[in-house]
Amino acid sequence: MTAPLLSLHHLSMRFGGLLAVNDVSFDVRRGEITALIGPNGAGKTTVFNCITGFYKPTEGMIALTHEDGTRFLLERLPDYRINEKARVARTFQNIRLFQGMTVLENLLVAQHNPLMAASGWTVLGVLGIGGYRRREQEAVDKAVAWLERIGLVDRADDPAGDLPYGDQRRLEIARAMCTDPVLLCLDEPAAGLNPRESLELNALLRSVRDRDGTSVLLIEHDMSVVMEISDHVVVLDYGIKIADGAPDEIRNDPKVIAAYLGVEDEEVAAVEAEVGA
Amino acid sequence: MAARQDASAADRPAFDLAAAVKDAGFAALVMLGLSVPILALRSDQNMSNQLVLAQRWDSVVLACVLVFFGRIAVAWLRRGKAAAPSKPFVLPPVLARTGPPAALAFVVAYPLLMLALNGPLGSIKWIDNFGIQILIYIMLGWGLNIVVGLAGLLDLGYVAFYAVGAYSYALIATQVIPATYPDLGLWAFWICLPISGILAGLWGIILGFPVLRLRGDYLAIVTLAFGEIIRLVLINWVEFSGGYAGISSIPRPSFFGIPFNASDIGFAAVFGLEFSPIYRTIFLFYVILILALLTAAISVRLRRLPVGRAWEALREDEIACRSLGINTTNTKLTAFAIGAMFGGFAGCFFAARQGFISPESFVFLESAQILAIVVLGGMGSLAGVVIAAILLVGGIEILRELDFLKQVFGPDFDATQYRMLIFGLAMVLMMLWKPRGLISTREPSIVHRERKAISGSLVKEGHG
Repeated sequence: MTAPLLSLHHLSMRFGGLLAVNDVSFDVRRGEITALIGPNGAGKTTVFNCITGFYKPTEGMIALTHEDGTRFLLERLPDYRINEKARVARTFQNIRLFQGMTVLENLLVAQHNPLMAASGWTVLGVLGIGGYRRREQEAVDKAVAWLERIGLVDRADDPAGDLPYGDQRRLEIARAMCTDPVLLCLDEPAAGLNPRESLELNALLRSVRDRDGTSVLLIEHDMSVVMEISDHVVVLDYGIKIADGAPDEIRNDPKVIAAYLGVEDEEVAAVEAEVGA
Repeated sequence: MAARQDASAADRPAFDLAAAVKDAGFAALVMLGLSVPILALRSDQNMSNQLVLAQRWDSVVLACVLVFFGRIAVAWLRRGKAAAPSKPFVLPPVLARTGPPAALAFVVAYPLLMLALNGPLGSIKWIDNFGIQILIYIMLGWGLNIVVGLAGLLDLGYVAFYAVGAYSYALIATQVIPATYPDLGLWAFWICLPISGILAGLWGIILGFPVLRLRGDYLAIVTLAFGEIIRLVLINWVEFSGGYAGISSIPRPSFFGIPFNASDIGFAAVFGLEFSPIYRTIFLFYVILILALLTAAISVRLRRLPVGRAWEALREDEIACRSLGINTTNTKLTAFAIGAMFGGFAGCFFAARQGFISPESFVFLESAQILAIVVLGGMGSLAGVVIAAILLVGGIEILRELDFLKQVFGPDFDATQYRMLIFGLAMVLMMLWKPRGLISTREPSIVHRERKAISGSLVKEGHG
């Protein structure tokens, strides 16, 4: 069996006296959509920030293995390298688009590194030497292809800040996908979407998995999205992994139900003893 | 919300005189409080060199009355349009297409036009004080625009790079070249121009490293300090820079090896013209024009290259940039280095044009003025910088020419003494009416189907 795409080993993240993530280990398998769920403050976004390099974990190892066997230890890479070399892209809980730039420009900024090389690290580009024009056109074509997939091609020349909320969410996913990632990390992609937009998002994420071959790791509170599209679910509560398995197993797991609905303290102890945590 | 605005525009509320008078009375009271210590009492010396207090209560009354009625006038002008959203100002397409080439044609013809109008001696002032001076500031504004307007890094010490460029040329041309290759003396300017730019760019990187982690106010303070450090070193390291005395008799640029002097090998003699200092001035005008146009051309190109888009993305959201694999360290450093390089070119030209430089030319006020040009013009807009430079630099120069004011205010009146006041007033008016600069829309760097200007309200100013 080949190595999983991403595997977290004993990840811990401490902020002063607060242990936000406590010895969490799980795998994200290639070609699957993995959901990371848990109540508010469970440490989901902290795990994300560790994977994408915005935090350096206090302990633990995050290994990402490409299909050709190249292995990256993400906790050792500077944040921008995680996207550039290890090919992990992410979106943010509170959308972080370049609001004053057009939709098309947003997607071109995402192709910065290949275009930078094509422009001879600016030197040749300023002089107008080399094939930058052609490469830029290819980049535009790729951006437009993505805009067609998310249905925003008519708004390519509008500033991203003018788009409605749901479109901004989809644009942020398209922008992340323009970096050609092997793993796409989405932080609450369905937050604030209406039911129809939520369905469109499900279709988009399935096509990212099936058509682009990009594995997806997502944080989500909307259980209709989680149960509908994910192949694998990991549940965190108070920084500890309490469950890990297929959606159907998770749905009926008493610990998960307890974490979400809340139970009496004695009952938690009983349930924990039962599961052996 | 929109409906309410429409309604307020449709039936303008009647002008509320009582409220306006109350407001104006309050403003006049504030003016009274301010003007008593500033205007009413003035310390003078009498014949026997004693300090006496001169009282000027008439000016206080005048100021308060002016403020009172001015405030009522403002209230009258503003009636009923309090909440009206300002539409982005967009040039009509005809003007946008023909404007820049027409302006360029005018600038190219400008020295000849002045020569025809004012004769060889009368036109020096117009070409030098107006033309060259404004072009230097346009070039500096365009250079700083890369750092402040595009990358969103507030740099209050830009004049330091101007100083590095000027001193590089002055020192190399007066010390290094005569000592090593005296034959190259006539070419000094052309050799030193790239060197000055490269040295200033290097100093840009040297400044860039320590400030990479800083943002906003902290970045502004450190760059301000950097500008002062360079100036203080130039003042105090007397063996190196000549201290306050500065560096004099800096070689002037030659016409590609032909000097501008009255000798037999001079420019006038070679081209069979009568000797006149105006040729050098005209030549300098075209040199700075070409340098400035080069700055503009490179800025425009850079904006369309990945590095330029990365600068603007950095201004918009640095964290998103890092998540997209952009090395923000290098991106900031290139912005600092390229901006500084243009400052260095301009400094080299400045030293060659003046023939004398001293630390006095590189005070903080210069940085503030260049920054004011960029901010007034509209962050990131090249055309805005041009308009702002003409208004600020040309406006102050024109104050010297307003002789008729002497007839109004008496022979001792010197309008240039009021330039800081006018400068400040212009800034306050800008903040009121055009808070995002004269040109407050952003041009997209690439277009799929239709070019649309982006309203300044969406564009971020950068976080430092």
